[in-house]
Amino acid sequence: MDSLIGVSGKGFVIVAADMSAARSIMAYQYSDHKILQLDDSKVLGGAGPQADRVRFLEYIEKNVKLNALRTGLTASCHGTAHYVRRELADALRKAPYQVNCLLGGVDADGSGHLYWMDYLATMQETKYSAHGYAGYFILSTLDRYYKEDMTLEQGKELIQTCINEVATRFLINQPKWKVSIVTAEGVTEEVTQPTVDLTDKIPE
Amino acid sequence: ENLRFRVNMYKYKEERDIAPETFMNMVCSMQYAKRFGPWFAEPIVAGLDKDDKPYISGSDVVGAPVETSDFIVGGTCTDNLYGTCESLYKKDMDKDELFEVLAQSLLAAVDRDALSGWGGVVHIITKEGVSTKTLKA
Repeated sequence: MDSLIGVSGKGFVIVAADMSAARSIMAYQYSDHKILQLDDSKVLGGAGPQADRVRFLEYIEKNVKLNALRTGLTASCHGTAHYVRRELADALRKAPYQVNCLLGGVDADGSGHLYWMDYLATMQETKYSAHGYAGYFILSTLDRYYKEDMTLEQGKELIQTCINEVATRFLINQPKWKVSIVTAEGVTEEVTQPTVDLTDKIPE
Repeated sequence: ENLRFRVNMYKYKEERDIAPETFMNMVCSMQYAKRFGPWFAEPIVAGLDKDDKPYISGSDVVGAPVETSDFIVGGTCTDNLYGTCESLYKKDMDKDELFEVLAQSLLAAVDRDALSGWGGVVHIITKEGVSTKTLKA
């Protein structure tokens, strides 16, 4: 039931995830952080059963940190993405991680990259993508409104439009969303809510 | 990634580029090594051997190879591709005609398959090098 949405542009990447932790008919909490910050220039969002997701994201986070300490270098987005994919691939035929990921980062040269990965270790670099049911609703929205030369503000608006669309049309209530914004300056995180008033949609 | 690793190691150890026939054999061997848990891929190998003669071959998921002189097809719409290639193929085409035939065969075939399409990528290999073109859907 997790929703992950990612948008990349010139010099920035935004990854948004819902914050609901739910099972069956009950929502446990709305403060589940599904996007982990790997370092100053990368975030990794995960969707899937909480146990696998938390274990996998933290494992990657700690290994990226360890690698940075060992080498003294910040890994590129490309390298990190391929590392994450390799971990998923190695585990696939032994004890698979049921985690779908969106890795977003900005390289040292200022270019933004978004990588879509699924639990079978498929990987594709994309300009915009989503995981979970959200994709059914907003991939067409993104097809329509995404522009390669968008500014960061336009990117944030587009993410909000997608969150609103999911809130309007998706059966499951996801009242809070975490939005991680990666730019050349670093990573900022915000908590947003859908800004659509559903009572508008109730006819007289 | 594994293939890139093996080819790089070959190059470092042998101090020469791997020939396409040798590479094909290596691919098939790697595939059969996973006979009871295979890679779900049906590779196609294409290259120029040391006399700049074209070489193409393909294999199934477990590494049973086939070498031909005309064309190799793979994927979800192989039936379509066999049809388009068989119709459009001629012997001894030059580089430009080959590109055209390849591109049209591919696009026509994938247009009749729900699981394939959204464009194409063509690599033309000559002794000068590899030129890559992207086809629009």
